[in-house]
Amino acid sequence: MNNLALIATVLIVMALAYQLGLTRSKAVAGSGERLHSRPGYYGVLVALWCGLPALLLFILWSVFEPGIIDLLVFQQLPPEVAAFSEREQQLVMRRIAALAAGQNVADPQDFERLAASQQARLEMLGHLSMLATMSIVAVVGLVVARRHVTPRLRARNHVEKAITALLATCSGVAILTTVGIILSMIGEAMNFFRFVSPVEFFFGTTWNPRFSSSGAGGQGEYGLLPLLWGTLMVSIIALLVAIPLGLMTAIYMAEYAPAWLRSVAKPVIEVLAGIPTIVYGFFALIVIGPFLSGFGELVGLNIRTTSALTAGLVMGIMIIPFVSSLSDDIITQVPKALRDGALGLGATKSETIRQVVLPAALPGIVGAFLLAASRAIGETMIVVLAAGNNPVLHANPFEAVSTITVTIVNQLTGDMDFASPQSLVAFALGLTLFVITLGLNVIALVVVRRYRQQYE
Amino acid sequence: MTTATVAVPKAAPKRETHSSQVKMSTRGVKVFYGDSQALYGIDLDIIENEVIAFIGPSGCGKSTFLRCLNRMNDTITGCRVEGDVTLDGNDIYAPSLDVVLLRAQVGIVFQKPNPFPKSIYENIAYGPRLHGLAKRRAELDEVVESSLQRAGLWGEVKDRLDQPGTSLSGGQQQRLCIARTIAVSPEVILMDEPCSALDPIATAKIEQLIDELSASYTIAMVTHNMQQAARVAHKTAFFHMGDMVEVGDTDKIFTNPRDQRTHDYITGRFG
Amino acid sequence: MTTLTIEAREVRRRERLETIEKSLDRRHAKERRFRRMGLAAVTTGMVLVVILFSSILMRGLPAFWQATFYLDIHFDPEVVQVEARPVQEAGERAADFRDRDLAWQSQVGLVNWQQLIDDALEAELGEEIEARQTRDLRALVTSGERRALRDRFIDDPSLLGETKRLKLLASANVDVWIKGNIDRDLPDAQQQLSAQTREWADALHERGVIRNAFSTALFLNPDSRSSLASAGLAGAFMGSLFMMLIVIVLSVPIGVASAVYLEEFAPKNRLTDLIEININNLAAVPSIVFGLLGAAIFIGYLRLPLSAPLVGGLVLTLMTLPTIIIATRASLRSIPPSIRQAALGIGASRIQTVFHHVLPLALPGILTGSILGVAQALGETAPLLLIGMNAFVSNVPGSPLDQATALPVQIYLWQGNELRNFFEARTSAAIIVLLALMLSLNALAIWLRKKFETRW
Repeated sequence: MNNLALIATVLIVMALAYQLGLTRSKAVAGSGERLHSRPGYYGVLVALWCGLPALLLFILWSVFEPGIIDLLVFQQLPPEVAAFSEREQQLVMRRIAALAAGQNVADPQDFERLAASQQARLEMLGHLSMLATMSIVAVVGLVVARRHVTPRLRARNHVEKAITALLATCSGVAILTTVGIILSMIGEAMNFFRFVSPVEFFFGTTWNPRFSSSGAGGQGEYGLLPLLWGTLMVSIIALLVAIPLGLMTAIYMAEYAPAWLRSVAKPVIEVLAGIPTIVYGFFALIVIGPFLSGFGELVGLNIRTTSALTAGLVMGIMIIPFVSSLSDDIITQVPKALRDGALGLGATKSETIRQVVLPAALPGIVGAFLLAASRAIGETMIVVLAAGNNPVLHANPFEAVSTITVTIVNQLTGDMDFASPQSLVAFALGLTLFVITLGLNVIALVVVRRYRQQYE
Repeated sequence: MTTATVAVPKAAPKRETHSSQVKMSTRGVKVFYGDSQALYGIDLDIIENEVIAFIGPSGCGKSTFLRCLNRMNDTITGCRVEGDVTLDGNDIYAPSLDVVLLRAQVGIVFQKPNPFPKSIYENIAYGPRLHGLAKRRAELDEVVESSLQRAGLWGEVKDRLDQPGTSLSGGQQQRLCIARTIAVSPEVILMDEPCSALDPIATAKIEQLIDELSASYTIAMVTHNMQQAARVAHKTAFFHMGDMVEVGDTDKIFTNPRDQRTHDYITGRFG
Repeated sequence: MTTLTIEAREVRRRERLETIEKSLDRRHAKERRFRRMGLAAVTTGMVLVVILFSSILMRGLPAFWQATFYLDIHFDPEVVQVEARPVQEAGERAADFRDRDLAWQSQVGLVNWQQLIDDALEAELGEEIEARQTRDLRALVTSGERRALRDRFIDDPSLLGETKRLKLLASANVDVWIKGNIDRDLPDAQQQLSAQTREWADALHERGVIRNAFSTALFLNPDSRSSLASAGLAGAFMGSLFMMLIVIVLSVPIGVASAVYLEEFAPKNRLTDLIEININNLAAVPSIVFGLLGAAIFIGYLRLPLSAPLVGGLVLTLMTLPTIIIATRASLRSIPPSIRQAALGIGASRIQTVFHHVLPLALPGILTGSILGVAQALGETAPLLLIGMNAFVSNVPGSPLDQATALPVQIYLWQGNELRNFFEARTSAAIIVLLALMLSLNALAIWLRKKFETRW
């Protein structure tokens, strides 16, 4: 029985349990005493008691069973296997698993066949005992719950408690995601640091990972600085484009634009925010890059088609709507009374905005800029296509650069080998990226939150 | 008008008008918010160096009218003003008129104190700096000090001029806003229920301040507190449903109103 | 208080007004300048949108029409030497019949289908083709059409001996040549096609044998490397569809449940504060980090298959969750407390209040947020590159566990193709398809928001 069918069966059993609970509650209600809750709640309660423990058991079993079986099979293997390298051991285990699943494996050895049949037997056994345990748990749950159905049972409260618990569990997913990100990044980054020392990584000025994973000692150099610098360069260019344009757009929209223009321009600019980054990357590659390069030729500058400038410019375009909608929110939150105060003294509109509204909104706007910066730093596809992938330390924005995100993509696409520094470095880079953006986000969120409270 | 020295007795603002020169005048002022009309033709003269109070039930249009006097209504989208409003005989809604200049002449204090998120000093200095009224720092210091003094706030804040204006109490903030308005030396000061957000003690201080200021400024204030009007205003205008029902000397309005509606309002039948 | 004469006061008043008036021109000029800057920023944003869309449309729209041969294909029995398709005999087992049928099909596969195309072209050109010219001739029709002929014959064996007018896609290079996407004056050495092929193509084009016909291949075919002209989006579309289904099925219920818990039930304490900050942060974590998470957890630890829409869907689910949670919370918060108090006041429990009264009212906002979240996930590329979804997949995936790619990733793959002249247009066409999907999702969201907009 495969897992989907199993879960379907559990659901069907739960439906039956619901019916049982329902009829039972009606029966006890017939004896005169008033039920505490509506009969449906008793049904749900019984169904929950019947199904939930079984499902929980199923999940736990599925998580732990493969590991235990692997361990048992591995212990039965001939001693010479234990002498294999970790990688070869993994390979052997994979071959055994494939054999056990009935797939064809190139010239299987005897001990592998033996282990495979053992694994198949163990799996069968495990599966059957899981089914048996689940059935017992379900039946016991059903019987106990059904017996407890009395008019005084506060079925609704119990059911609602279960629902609340379910909701709370769902909100735990977000936490789990963060924990997952942090643990996996740190774990894999630690593996990477076994090959390359953190000092070399964080302070190295050369990025040159050799892809020949065979040669010992030829693992290459992993200096973060060229990538970090490239990331900063592109992001700074992007912010230089996005902040003035986005902020002025926000100001114009909030303070000057007539209603008709606002109703046209706002959605149009928001469209910019909805365009996938791959499209921006392509746009950079075929329109902006050639344009800049041609423009450079015209004025005697050597601008590469794919350069920090191209990527930064297009990334700037991408974050304009981000900056403008955040700033717009923040500017419109400045109370009208402040504007009136300045206007009433005879300030012009622009004086009011520059001298009263913007200073009042400053913390919030700075927060918006930080969020924009974090977005620029984490942006991937535009730089993959338009930055030129040239991980060298230099300060020329017309030259190609490489960024942290580009390098993550380069290192982790292709064959995924979790044992070589060439792949693992992606996680060290990811950790760096995560920490940087997290820092910016936390500061920005705190600043913005404090700002909001000020005017609430 | 000769000099302005007399401190008017507090409870009975019964002062002979020094001159009856009209400072501001409105004729047939109508205000529309979109399709709905808020004012139905107001004719009123505001005499120089007098305090005039606008009273009436809420929603009667008194604040709207006040905001017409320095074109603060311009900032409300969909608001349209018809009729004539003049300052010293000049139409303030004339296309050639500069609203910046108008507001430097006709200042306004709002219902809720709204100090800028700047220091106390900068709050006061903002107007003079804006209009280039103080050339040097020393001049500016002087303007700040005298404005705070006239607003009766100097003693309380002179040691903490660099602290944010928002750190003051509500009453102090309102006096700061008045000082901020005075610093530009306007000719007319409009006050839109300046005490409604304040406690009685702060209110008393502001009322006293208005009294003193009336010596050198023309003041128009909106209030829904009839006692306040009786205490500080020389003239009182009663608004009702977008019309100005009656205007006259304050004691006359309160003792012997001509119109039944005024009578009903001041005796508390409605409002 | 100073005592001044009327005259002195009047003089001071005048002086003051003059001072102010003197500065007015300058101040108003500044005001105009500021306002113009704002307008310029808004205009720039709108112009950029226009440039972006027009450049993509200009490049991409022509790719929806492809150079196509209208040829009379004669299913010549001399060439197609196969027996009649087997028919299931009475008493024959289904398995035996299937074996016979498969044998027949492989026999069909051995037929030289190219010969049919060559013959048709030869007839159309009206000249004897020498053996050395075969290469030039075969450069006309894209290679995938052989298989298309075979499949057509398998579907309908009665074609044997018939002549049928069929539409065959021209090869990518012929398409480029006919559309003028390559400089026709380039010397032979730099041309992709031989002089002979170009001459034939022009002649056939003139006679209407080659026409620009609407390209169904773009929509119905999967990606292809051997026959570039028949590369289509069907595989990527299915991949994206599977992922979006997973995202919808998982992220909407989990997201709404978490939001309901956090907004309606969670006690306000340190823990929920942490969850809140955590969710806001997750929303701002770069998407590529989610890719790393997927690579480490789903691929590295849980050993889920590479390139599977299942993994892609899970990664995008985690990425979309915060968006949906935040949108749902905002929507719940906009429901006035009076609704809750009214429900609680008539004796409903909190769960009942939320599920019967609050959620239905918040539904439009939740839907809008969810749609926007899904649209965002649809356009996401970077994380998918890290879980192997950039692999070349030449068939349409049939389940979420098959190898697949996604629309944005297909764009990424196509833009990198070496045959730039052909694939620039095809990539743009793919972008148009993607943008059309995303914009219709966005439009749906806006329509929902407008339709159900309630002001409390």
